[in-house]
Amino acid sequence: MAKVTIDGIEVEVPDGTTILNAARQIGGNVVPPAMCYYSSLKDSGGKCRVCLVKVTQGSEKDPRPMPKLVASCRTPVMDGMVVQNITSPEVLEARKGVVEFLLINHPLDCPVCDQAGECDLQNLAYEHGASTTRYEEDRRTFEKRDIGDKIKLHMTRCILCYRCTFVANQLTDNRVHGVLNRGDASEISTYIEKAVDNDFSGNMIDVCPVGALTDKTFRFKSRVWFTKPMDAHRDCDKCCGKVVLWTKGDDVLRVSARKDQYGEVKEYICNECRYDHKNVKDWTIEGPRHIDSHSVIGQNHYERVDLLKLKKEVERQIEFQKGKPLPESNPSLTA
Amino acid sequence: MGRKVLLQHIDVPGINTFEVYRKQGGYASVEKALKSMTPDEVTEEVKKSGLRGRGGAGFPAGMKWSFLDRKSDKPRYLVCNADESEPGTFKDRYLMERIPHLLVEGMITASYALGAKSSYIYIRGEYMYIVRILEKAIQEAYAAGFLGKNILGSDYSLDLYVHPGAGAYICGEETALLESLEGKRGNPRLKPPFPAVAGLYASPTVVNNVETIAAVGPIVMMGGDEYAKIGIGKSAGTKLISASGHINKPGVYEIEMGISVEEFLYSDEYCGGIWKGRKLKAVVAGGSSVPILPADLILKTAKGEQRLMSYESLSDGGFASGTMLGSGGFIAMDETACIVRNLWTFTRFYHHESCGQCSPCREGTGWMEKVLHRIEHGHGHSGDIDLLVDVAKKIEGNTICPLGDAAAWPVASAIRHFREEFEYHVKYPEKVKNPKHFEVEPFVSERLVAAV
Repeated sequence: MAKVTIDGIEVEVPDGTTILNAARQIGGNVVPPAMCYYSSLKDSGGKCRVCLVKVTQGSEKDPRPMPKLVASCRTPVMDGMVVQNITSPEVLEARKGVVEFLLINHPLDCPVCDQAGECDLQNLAYEHGASTTRYEEDRRTFEKRDIGDKIKLHMTRCILCYRCTFVANQLTDNRVHGVLNRGDASEISTYIEKAVDNDFSGNMIDVCPVGALTDKTFRFKSRVWFTKPMDAHRDCDKCCGKVVLWTKGDDVLRVSARKDQYGEVKEYICNECRYDHKNVKDWTIEGPRHIDSHSVIGQNHYERVDLLKLKKEVERQIEFQKGKPLPESNPSLTA
Repeated sequence: MGRKVLLQHIDVPGINTFEVYRKQGGYASVEKALKSMTPDEVTEEVKKSGLRGRGGAGFPAGMKWSFLDRKSDKPRYLVCNADESEPGTFKDRYLMERIPHLLVEGMITASYALGAKSSYIYIRGEYMYIVRILEKAIQEAYAAGFLGKNILGSDYSLDLYVHPGAGAYICGEETALLESLEGKRGNPRLKPPFPAVAGLYASPTVVNNVETIAAVGPIVMMGGDEYAKIGIGKSAGTKLISASGHINKPGVYEIEMGISVEEFLYSDEYCGGIWKGRKLKAVVAGGSSVPILPADLILKTAKGEQRLMSYESLSDGGFASGTMLGSGGFIAMDETACIVRNLWTFTRFYHHESCGQCSPCREGTGWMEKVLHRIEHGHGHSGDIDLLVDVAKKIEGNTICPLGDAAAWPVASAIRHFREEFEYHVKYPEKVKNPKHFEVEPFVSERLVAAV
């Protein structure tokens, strides 16, 4: 076991736990954001750099601070480690920089993007981004492409988190897609003339933190916050069969896997559940889905809303707009 | 005349063949090591020699070797990093092209010291003709019994392979190199684990530069203590410097570390002064990744001491007024050179070569290139210079591998030392429309003019 202090809060975690996971055990505000790390995918993380934290004391034995900011998702904790996340202005500055970098080549087409409302980048930009851009040049663009009959790839929106390639590597039988080229010209693509066609390929859509991979059966059907998410399950011989149905009236518009509070899928579902059973009759409804994130879909109208908390949150955002640094004035989430 | 260790026999005709190289005392270190020394003794000699990594970082080679996990039951590997792609650096090419057996000899001796059973030379794809030279040299070494099973009748066996890359600067970063050698996309790995613990095929691996490995043979022959006497202080030995730019005699020079920059730049033995009788404006002392320094700071440190060609002296003053020896790519610029244009060229290179794995480098290098392109071509505006400084600051230190730092340092240092030139570009867009603007009308600092 290792004792680690994150933003002044002490937590004891097993050896080998990463800083990010230790922070998740504390929960609340001290959890660094993560765009590329995905706890159920091996080797993921370390790429997007939004989870950078400052280690002010390496360990009990070697109290020297680490010279650079480290990616919390891939750095294991040491006994006696002291970490600064939101209490370090340096970290926040770096994070702001990374968010700016992620956005300079992003098309910002949220008004027409299916991911809007449940997009990690949107949340991140809202919390850490600047309100104006300093980028005057042309953004990089790619053609929209179909990779497989059910998945649409908008490469312009991609932030190259590599999660989908990990899904293909680790969940499906053989990977037919990967990253081509390099630098800001690198793109997700399939082998020539190959289509992603695998029973579990649909999970690529769920793990995508932005709207780069979207479900073609759901594209432009509805804004996600107008749908009602319902927990449901069915007997499936390929997967666990536990899903979320995104319904509007009697129609099932979309079926997706269940995400936890950090937007991660723990139990992946098969393509049959995802695409072929868009009928309420096929499912046993368990009840409304609680969405545990601060995005728009988290504010669903039929769930009981803590108005006081919401008011505080709105006030906090107004303060934030005035230029007050965010973490100091974030009482609503720790309360 | 400085002492020569690596290039001692470079002018002997036919030195690239085994017979001639052997006649000049080649492969003696292999004989000495295998017949009279244990692997640990060889490592100890290298440690004593104070040899530092010649690829750029200057990490002590003996120390790196001693970090190798020798307790692991996995095979150990030695990998030679011949992916020399830094703009301004071409020393390894010269060495491998002219005297390939020196590298092969060093590889055998070093592999023996590390207990590696198979070793690799990872060479950049653009050096295809050198791959053939090296392969010929390796075949000759096999034929003479210096490679293969039971070398020289001992029980030590070694196989040596040459592996060409596919043309990526990033594969010169050691973990990206290992990925590429394994046949994967050349993306740097996150550290830890370090290659000394889990490198090639997740086995303990040492990655060294060509020049470092080439120096192992002479070190074993002359002894570590003797080698440590060459050079100055912690910068032991000799260093190959690739001199290029506006000098009379560009080329590869072997220098004894500790000679002054002034001597290197102006003496006839080395660079032979600035061409066309012009004045020196700036020097990039160690390949494009290191901070650029103006003429007064490269010849003398901020404290007024003479600057020497050594790891310590060049980095004197930190990033404020110092630079780094790096990989020894010495680029001199005369007074007609445009710093903005040079910087744009460097940044364009980093933009092209960024692997795209982590976001600050992937997006930031492209952004810097575009802004610099704008400034250089007379479309810049006043906020651009501060924007560049800020972008560079946000890349630096926030990336997986040092390429991010390498892309940020030139920008930060050029603006630190030559800010007026950037301002000139923004202020007089008409004057910089001509690509050779400073050749037509050399840049004169307005501050100096005002002082007169």
